[in-house]
Amino acid sequence: MKAGMSMKQSEFNKGLRAGLSIGIGYFPVALTFGLLAKTTGLSLVETTAMSIFVFAGAAQYISLSLITAGVDPFLIVLNTFIVNIRHFLMTASLNEKMQPSSKPVKAAVAFGVTDETFSVIATSKEDKVSSAQAFGVIAVAYGSWVVFTAIGHVIGDNLPVFLQAAMSIALYALFIALLVPSMKGNRKVVLLASVSAILSCVFYYTELLSTGWAILVSTLVSSVLIELLYAKVVRVPIPAVEKEES
Amino acid sequence: MGTAYWWMLLGMALVTYIPRMIPLTVLDGKKLPPLITGILSNIPFAVLGALIFPAVFYVQEGNILFGIIGAGTAFLIAILGFGLMPVVLGTIGVLAVYSLFN
Repeated sequence: MKAGMSMKQSEFNKGLRAGLSIGIGYFPVALTFGLLAKTTGLSLVETTAMSIFVFAGAAQYISLSLITAGVDPFLIVLNTFIVNIRHFLMTASLNEKMQPSSKPVKAAVAFGVTDETFSVIATSKEDKVSSAQAFGVIAVAYGSWVVFTAIGHVIGDNLPVFLQAAMSIALYALFIALLVPSMKGNRKVVLLASVSAILSCVFYYTELLSTGWAILVSTLVSSVLIELLYAKVVRVPIPAVEKEES
Repeated sequence: MGTAYWWMLLGMALVTYIPRMIPLTVLDGKKLPPLITGILSNIPFAVLGALIFPAVFYVQEGNILFGIIGAGTAFLIAILGFGLMPVVLGTIGVLAVYSLFN
């Protein structure tokens, strides 16, 4: 029992370390969210509650501009759904990467799945990630998101301007840092990322889809297309091998 | 904002949580066909491509160069084999210096 606990503890700690870069990346984003919410007219409690209960960066930002524009709350909820529907795809994928757990544990992990926590957990070098490790990643990310939302509302825009500008790159640097090691010597990963990046740019510049949908559709199309391509490429030599053997 | 805000928040929380929760609980322990498994395991890498581009170019409004320098720095540090933290902090550092002189 004790050994089991300490194993879980070390898995959790491993997750904490992996999540640290998300914690740093969320710092400026959450701080700015807190500040903007204040200028939108939300109280400290209302603002922090949104970060506590919703925990979805992009959707929270968009809700602020919709509140300012006086949009019907129902439409704000609908918009939140559309922006976050991509997480359906991510959690379906995450399921393949995670060790089986009880349903309540999985349901708790699900609350913490954002673009960033998903990316860190799903690109882990380990074959299967434990729930304890996932909780570690999520704990740092969630903690940073909630705490810095509140701090942003309280202290406002007091970070030096040059540093705030520089820190806005943090989440993208994190995504790049997660992608590059997997790309090395793996043409499939390079293709997957390039095709979806190109599609996402096409959707952006043609204004065909809003950001939430663009990410969802680009990801899905690229994942399916490349998989079919590889299934075909791989399937060709298999009959040849079988022939030789028989 | 009052009561309407809290109802909206409840709605936002539910529509965010439910799509995150259903696949993880419903699919848990289920064996899926290999083609589906293959597609699902492709998603992390495809998602990263779509999350990075083109958004990284627009981190600073009206200054695409800022995003390009940031993305370039991050790619460079990552290709050299450094981990998450050096990439994130190094990129912030380079852009902080850049912002200081611009």
